[in-house]
Amino acid sequence: MSTVKKTNGAGKKPAKAASKVKPAAPVVSAAQDTTEGEGVRRRDFIHIATVSFAGVGAAAVAMPLVSQMSASADVLAQASVEFDVAAIEPGQAIKTSWRKQPVFIRNLTPAEIEAANKVDVGSLRDPQTLADRTKPGKENWLITLGVCTHLGCVPLGAASGEVKGEFGGYFCPCHGSHYDTAARIRKGPAPLNLNVPEYAFLSDTVVKIG
Amino acid sequence: MSFPWAQEYKPQGTVSKWVDERLPLPRLVYNAVGAGYPVPRNLNYFWNFGVLAGVALVIQIVTGIVLAMHYYASVDGAFNSVEHIMRDVNAGWFLRYAHMNGASFFFIVVYIHIFRGLFYGSYKAPREMIWLLGVTIFLLMMATAFMGYVLPWGQMSFWGAQVITGFFSAIPLVGEPLRQLLLGGFAPDQAALNRFFSLHYLMPFVIAGVIILHVWALHIPGSSNPTGVSVKGEQDTVPFHPYYTAKDGFGLGIFLILFVAVTFFAPNMLGHPDNYIPANPLSTPAHIVPEWYFLPFYAILKAFTVDFGIPFTGIIIIPAKLMGVLAMFGSILLLFFLPWLDTSPVRSGHYRPLFRKFFWYGLIPSLVVLTYCGGKPPYTQWVVLSQIAAAYYFAHFLIILPIVSRIERPLALPNSITEAVTGKPLPAAA
Amino acid sequence: MVRLIAFLVGLFFSGMLLLGLGDTVVSAIKEPALPTVEAGFHEETLPVTFAHDGPLGKFDRGQLQRGLKVYSEVCAACHSMKLVAFRDFAALGYSEDQVKALAKGWKTEVPSINPETGEPATRPGIPADKIPSPFANETAARAANNNALPPDLSLITKAREGGPAYVYSLLLGYRDQAGYKNEEGKELLKEFPDAATPTGLHFNPWFANLNIAMANPIASDDLVTYDDGTKATRAQMAKDVSAFLTWTAEPKMENRKSAGWAALGFLLIFTILAFMSYRTIWADKKH
Repeated sequence: MSTVKKTNGAGKKPAKAASKVKPAAPVVSAAQDTTEGEGVRRRDFIHIATVSFAGVGAAAVAMPLVSQMSASADVLAQASVEFDVAAIEPGQAIKTSWRKQPVFIRNLTPAEIEAANKVDVGSLRDPQTLADRTKPGKENWLITLGVCTHLGCVPLGAASGEVKGEFGGYFCPCHGSHYDTAARIRKGPAPLNLNVPEYAFLSDTVVKIG
Repeated sequence: MSFPWAQEYKPQGTVSKWVDERLPLPRLVYNAVGAGYPVPRNLNYFWNFGVLAGVALVIQIVTGIVLAMHYYASVDGAFNSVEHIMRDVNAGWFLRYAHMNGASFFFIVVYIHIFRGLFYGSYKAPREMIWLLGVTIFLLMMATAFMGYVLPWGQMSFWGAQVITGFFSAIPLVGEPLRQLLLGGFAPDQAALNRFFSLHYLMPFVIAGVIILHVWALHIPGSSNPTGVSVKGEQDTVPFHPYYTAKDGFGLGIFLILFVAVTFFAPNMLGHPDNYIPANPLSTPAHIVPEWYFLPFYAILKAFTVDFGIPFTGIIIIPAKLMGVLAMFGSILLLFFLPWLDTSPVRSGHYRPLFRKFFWYGLIPSLVVLTYCGGKPPYTQWVVLSQIAAAYYFAHFLIILPIVSRIERPLALPNSITEAVTGKPLPAAA
Repeated sequence: MVRLIAFLVGLFFSGMLLLGLGDTVVSAIKEPALPTVEAGFHEETLPVTFAHDGPLGKFDRGQLQRGLKVYSEVCAACHSMKLVAFRDFAALGYSEDQVKALAKGWKTEVPSINPETGEPATRPGIPADKIPSPFANETAARAANNNALPPDLSLITKAREGGPAYVYSLLLGYRDQAGYKNEEGKELLKEFPDAATPTGLHFNPWFANLNIAMANPIASDDLVTYDDGTKATRAQMAKDVSAFLTWTAEPKMENRKSAGWAALGFLLIFTILAFMSYRTIWADKKH
C-alpha cells in the first residue's frame, strides 16, 4: 500500500484529484470529495478489500488441500468392526485385527476372574479393577489391544501354547513385560495396562469394537 | 538489467536491511515484479496470459501433489485408485476435476499466450531466446500432459499411449527397439505406467525451471508492447507494481471464474467418456482421440496419406506413416526457427497489413479446422479439410512468412509508445 | 540458409499434402464410401430430462431408491457394481440399520475364506464391503452370457456418450428387426439384407452397432414392486435406474454443484473488487 502512495501520491496533483473521484465514486459513495487524503483512503480501502478477499479465497482453497489428508471414507468405514465371539470357549482367546492393530479377545475362566479381583489395586502401576476393564454382566470378556504399552510389540499369551508370563495373562518377549489375567501390567518396563478399546455388545455373542 | 529510471529497492526496516545484505531475495522480487520493474504502459489484456500460465502451472502442481498422495500406479489398481479419490477421499472429486480441467486451461492460456507472441512479433530480436525457451516449455507441457493422461489407465489412456509410442516404430531401423526401450516392454503395461508416473511428477518442476529462465530472459530487454516500438523514455513505462499486479489480479479473477464454471458445472465436457472404462488391451475403442489440445497435431499426423517415393516405380523413400510423424513433430519444431524465418524489422502485426491478412484469414482458420478435424473419424470430408489446412500451416510458416516479411510495406510506426497512447510526443530526454 | 531449407521443407510437406488431397478426392470419386447400416439406422439418444440436470439440479432420493431396487432385482444378476460400497447407500436416505439390512440381504454374498479349512467361501455383506460381483471373474461372466461381458455399471453413465439419457433410450430401445423402418421410411432388411441380427444378439437401434448381446432386461411392466407405491411401468423403471446409475457414477454431484455456486459467487465479488482496484490505480495513466 505504501508503494501505491509513493507512485501515485507523489505525481501530478491536479490531474489526480480530478480523475481519482470518477473511478472511486462507484466504490464507496457518490460524494464529491476531492481532497487528496480522502481519495487516498478510499483508494487504499479498495485495495485492502481486494487483497483481503484474495486472502480469504486462498484460505478457502487451502481447506480441501489439507482435509484430503485426513482419513478417507473407506478407512473411516473400517473404524468399527463387529466380531462374533460365540466360538471362544472360557480359557481361550483369539487374536484379531481392528484398525490394522492386533486385538486380543479373551473369555476368562472363573478362576482367572477371581485371581484378577484378588489383587490389591493400590499396588498396581496402573490401578484398575477388572470391572473397570470389562462391561457389566460380561466380566468374562476381556477385550484389549494386543500392543505392549512399552514400545509396541505384540505380547504372547493369546494363542494356546503361548507363554503367559508369571501372572497368567500375557508376556511381552521384547523387554519382559508381564501382564496378569486382567491384562494389567505387573512386572517389566511397560507403564500402562493393555489398552481397552471402545466396544459394546450388540447381542450375547456379537461385539462391536470401535 | 533494467531501465535507468527504474525505482531502486530501498529496504527500510532493520530486518529488511539484514536480509538484503545476506540474501537479496526481496530485492530480486522488487526488481522482477515489484515497483522496480518498468513495463510499457500500453499493454493490452493479451499480456495477462503469461502470468495466468504461471498460475495454471501452480494449480497443476498443488493439485497434482495431493492427488499423488492417493494415486496408486499399478495396472490393476490405478483406475480404482482414481475412483477412490473421486468417491472416498475428502474433497477428492474437487482435486481430481481441478487437475483434469486445470490441464485444459493451462493449454488454453498458453495457446493464447503463443498467439500473442505470433501476432505482435514477440519472437523478434532481441527476444529470440525468450521465444526458444517458450517453445521448449510448450514441448515439455505436451510430454507432461500426455503422460498424465495415461495414469488413470482408462481405455483412452492405454490406447493413446499405444498410438503415441507407436510413432517411434515408424522410425526406420531404430524405431522399434526405441519404442520398447521407452515402454520397458512390448506394449504399455506396468513398466510404462510406473515410469510415466515418475516422469509426470518430475516434469512440472523442469518446466518451472525453464520458466525461470524464460522470465529472466524477458527481463533483460523488458516486455514488448502492442505497437512493437521499443521503450524510449520514462513516460513510456509504468512500474509493474501496482499497475500490472492490479491488472493481473483482475485477469486472474476472470480466468478463475471460467475455470470454476467448467470444473464445477461441466467437468467432463472437455474429456472423453471412453476414459471412464478401465483399460482393455484386447479391445480397441471405436475412435481413438487424444485430448483436445493435441487435436491439431493429430490432424496433421493423419493428413499424410500418400507415400513419398519415385513415381511409377513403386519405390517408397518415406512411407506416409513416417511422414505423418515427422510432420507432426516438425509442425512444432518449426516454431524454433520463426525468428529467422520472419525477417521483417517491424514487430507488431498492427503495422503489417499483409502479414495480418495471412494471420487472420490463413493461420487461425487453418488451426481451427485442424483442431476440429483432429477429433473426427477418417471420413473423406475430414481428411480433405485436414490436408488443405495442414498444407496451409506448413506453407504459412515456411514459405509465406519469409516472403511476406521481405516484400510487404508496413504502415508508419509511431515514434514512441507515449505518442501512440497520448498523441503527444515524448518530452525531450531529461 | 535457414530460409532456404525452410522453403524446401515447406514445399515438401505442403506438396505431399496436396498430393494426398488429390489422391483422397480421386478415390472418393472413384470408390465412394458405401453407406453403412449404422449410418442409416442408428437412433439418436432420446431427449429425456432428469431431476439432477442442469447447474441447479439435485437428485430425487425417492427416485434413486426406486432405481436401486431395479438394479438389485433386475440388473445385479449379471452386472457388477464394484466401485460402490453398501455404506454409500446412506446417501440415498437410508438409516444405518437399513443399510446394514441391504448389505446383509444382498443376493450375492461377499467372497471370504472358511476360517477352519481355508477353502474359498462366502459371507453376508457388511456396510464396509463393496457390492460383490455376481461372477467370480471375467471368464465366469462370459461363460454365463454367451461370451459377452456384462459391463460394470458403477460408471456407465459417465462412460457413454449421452449419459443417463443414453441408458434410458437403450433400455427402452429394443425393437423387432423384421419390418423395422427408420424415420425416412426405409426398411432396414430391404436396404441391407446382410445386416440381419445374428443369433444370440438382439436388435436395438440405440446401440452403436445396432445389435446388442443383452436381451431386453425390462420387457414388461411391474418387474419390481416399488416401496413407495409408484407404478413400475417400463418407462418408469428405465428412468429410475438411469437416475440411480447417474448417482453411482458421481455420488458427489450435489456437493460439486453447491461448491461451484459458492466459488462462483465468491469469485464474482473478488473480480469486481479487483476490477475496481485496477481502475483506481490506472485512473491517472492514459493507456
